[in-house]
Amino acid sequence: MFYFSVPLGKLVRRVSRLRGGGSALPGLVVEKIDPGFMRRTLSTLPHGVAVVSGTNGKTTTTKMVVELLESQGLKVFTNRTGSNFTRGVAAALLGEVDWRGRLNADVAVLELDEAHAVHFVNQVPPRYCLLLNVLRDQLDRFGEIDKTAQLLQHIASKTTGTVVLNREDPRVARIADTLDGPDVSYFGLDDSLLSTFPNDDELRAAPGSPVPPAPARPHADVVLRRVGAADADFEYDGVTATTTMKLRGVYNIFNAAAALTLARAIAVRDSVPGETAVADNKGLLKALSQVAPAFGRGESLVVDGLPLDLVLVKNPSGFRLGLKSFPAAGYATMIAINDNYADGRDMSWLWDVEFDTLRGGGVDQLSGSRAYDMALRLQYDEVPIGAVNTEIAPALAAFISAARDKPKRVFCTYTAMLAIRRELSKITAVEVVS
Amino acid sequence: MTSQSPAGASVPANEPVYPPFSFGHELPPEDSPAPSKGTIRVVQLYPRDMNIYGDWGNALVLAQRLRWHGYTPELLEYNVGDEFPAKVDLIVGGGGQDSGQLVIQEDLLSRETVLKELAENGTPMLVICGLYQLFGKFFKTRTGSVIPGIGILDVETHGTDQRLIGNVSISSPEFGTVLGYENHSGQTTLGPGVAPLGTTAKGTGNNSRDGQEGARYKNIVASYLHGSLLPKNPALADFLIRTAVERKYGSFSPGTPDDTYAVLAREHAARRPR
Repeated sequence: MFYFSVPLGKLVRRVSRLRGGGSALPGLVVEKIDPGFMRRTLSTLPHGVAVVSGTNGKTTTTKMVVELLESQGLKVFTNRTGSNFTRGVAAALLGEVDWRGRLNADVAVLELDEAHAVHFVNQVPPRYCLLLNVLRDQLDRFGEIDKTAQLLQHIASKTTGTVVLNREDPRVARIADTLDGPDVSYFGLDDSLLSTFPNDDELRAAPGSPVPPAPARPHADVVLRRVGAADADFEYDGVTATTTMKLRGVYNIFNAAAALTLARAIAVRDSVPGETAVADNKGLLKALSQVAPAFGRGESLVVDGLPLDLVLVKNPSGFRLGLKSFPAAGYATMIAINDNYADGRDMSWLWDVEFDTLRGGGVDQLSGSRAYDMALRLQYDEVPIGAVNTEIAPALAAFISAARDKPKRVFCTYTAMLAIRRELSKITAVEVVS
Repeated sequence: MTSQSPAGASVPANEPVYPPFSFGHELPPEDSPAPSKGTIRVVQLYPRDMNIYGDWGNALVLAQRLRWHGYTPELLEYNVGDEFPAKVDLIVGGGGQDSGQLVIQEDLLSRETVLKELAENGTPMLVICGLYQLFGKFFKTRTGSVIPGIGILDVETHGTDQRLIGNVSISSPEFGTVLGYENHSGQTTLGPGVAPLGTTAKGTGNNSRDGQEGARYKNIVASYLHGSLLPKNPALADFLIRTAVERKYGSFSPGTPDDTYAVLAREHAARRPR
């Protein structure tokens, strides 16, 4: 059967691309007629498979890991199109393998949605996994945070080599206690940065509540020590290194520590036996300084000669970090909140975010299918509101023309971001993500 | 769950303890020049452990609307192990996930007497989701274990493996159309001692059988609805406020909150799919 499954899948892929169709159909076809395709193909890679999962930051972190490894000469297979589910991986594989089903790569780095990652690791046990965080995101899909943590635990339990965990997210860090096979590496934060990363249990910690004595946390392979305006300090192997950063936003730079930890595990520590390490830390750090944000994740476009930043917000912690990472002063601000399935239908999360940092400058424009939920939220935080229009295209046009002489920032949910990028591509250069 | 776990909870000895992130919500600063008509003490029940779906929104709306009506809110938190505040005028409590409910369960049972007394005296209370269930007689899990509630509400809840999720619209005889969002797997059945908050026009409500949502008893409003519930349902918020003020001061003289955005948010929310 599998002699023709690859050519057939590739053919379906070509046809569905010609039709401008979705990326999953060819994956579905090959999955149906040749269920062993993914496992067989990926098991040939000398450095194996690395899975990146968690609620926030998968796309940016995966992009960073790929660029770090590529900078060191490794050939990396990844699911770039953002189809972060099993079928999407199969479809992406079909695009990369030759007609005989061989994949010309050293390692696969795959971004997988928590629930789909579970299906994937059951079929293809990864050598590495990187688990970022468990936050309140789309709980209407997964039910509860603890359930999401169980999904991540399952990914870790199927991992054969090294599990990389966020030391500062209790639900992720404690996964280590449940493992007896794989090695565990952590990435962590300096104590001085902890307060910028609320976890969901602490969203409601009372102001001024007493801080307990510094706890003993496990040793982290990479620790983010400091975040500057355009640089950051990372500590590893007992040394603190300063590097410039193109990435913006504290949470992106914490994810850089995560990416560095995984890249070190793959390319520095676990080099192929008998060979010298394929990378050195200096090379990785230099590559890290060159990484640009993934689309919509603190991405800066140019409109009327001034920057327009797109900040994706999809859960309370991410929104809080976005507000904290990108101060409002001097910027015109727009917020676009949709409630399509991919955004999450429940608007409760807006009430877990504080908008006091926008009180001074106000919000110039609100949009999205739940623009008035956002307006109501801002009213209760006494943030001045400019215009409200649930339709994104006219709202964006009004925002841009009213704030012509100011740099602009748009906080938006996932589908609102897609709509905004579509509109912006008509007036400025927007990277096309295929 | 984490640092809030009560002493003696089943946490392995070597488990690291995590510091709380000092990232609390705060009320916007008070800027009203008019003299206050009085002070209302609002207590949030277990905001640290029972806050899963924007429950802060309900507390914030009560506090801000009290201001907009000309009163001064005094917003207090009651968490596991705290001393229970005296002279409580209004209580608001939210939902948690299963682990949060386990953390508060013992403490809540130890507060049964004071909460019952407040409820029977007519103190207005809003309990959502998890605390709705625990204000009832019991929660029986899928595996058959019984978690006792404090029995203020004549309701019982049974765990199921079906999760009821989505937008909800109910019709309430007291409050008109109430809009919200449900997300629960426990199914609640009302006894004769309580009335439903309303009947569902969209969504499921208490259980998948009888088309009822929430419960009413004395001045308690219990519901599965998040959204958060009070922001888009100002009639419900003002019922709780009016009741608290009348009990304390004999009469309530309302202000004129601007509900333009609430009205529009309701219109748009009502048109969204389940």
